[in-house]
Amino acid sequence: MPTIRLQTEDFDLSHECAAIRDRSRAIGAIASFVGVVRDMNDGSGVSSMTLEHYPGMTERALEKIVAEASQRWDVIDATVIHRVGTLQPQDQIVLVVVASAHRGHAFAACEFIMDYLKTDAPFWKKEATPQGTRWVEARASDDDAKQRWDSKGSAT
Amino acid sequence: MLKVLYFAALREAIGVAEERVALPAPATVGALVEALRARDGKYADALAPSRRWRVAVNQDMVGLDAALKAGDEVAIFPPVTGG
Repeated sequence: MPTIRLQTEDFDLSHECAAIRDRSRAIGAIASFVGVVRDMNDGSGVSSMTLEHYPGMTERALEKIVAEASQRWDVIDATVIHRVGTLQPQDQIVLVVVASAHRGHAFAACEFIMDYLKTDAPFWKKEATPQGTRWVEARASDDDAKQRWDSKGSAT
Repeated sequence: MLKVLYFAALREAIGVAEERVALPAPATVGALVEALRARDGKYADALAPSRRWRVAVNQDMVGLDAALKAGDEVAIFPPVTGG
């Protein structure tokens, strides 16, 4: 049911929402998240960013995350698109779209999928800065964002 | 034998993306990491306990006590930074 895609090319939010709406008449709410490449990180300018991933495991990890969200909430359909390769500031990098009958489930599942993607999906960013290239360090705040779902009820 | 993959900063530090490694004894992820560390300073440093890295076996994240068997695909990589 869910759509999981890794791609170098850009994506279009309107197109992906329309595709989801076309697939079900039960949808009452669609929540989406778009991640964008910033021009600053940890105090340095970022001129470009290159994404490495683990082919096979990345798709599998994203499928597991969407399945887990679908267990917790009433998810009718979902789309996750993550770009790989080299991106520039202002480029779109990740899209999560979740459709449900009602907004509470769509909002919660969308945020849950992003929080888990940040800690469980094998992607790594390398930034080009004026001081040279550097691998982005994982943030403790991402682990915290994921962990708070463990103590939260799934009902909305 | 195991197929061992390295990604991102760990791949660059070790200098290879993929290699064949003998099944360690005992056949666990922890023993594999010990055997790799014992190879040379490059591995010992990249896989030092003080560094943060993760392990996946057959594309599922696991802990150091996870069991291994011949033919498994083991990946070792830094904490992920997608999104």
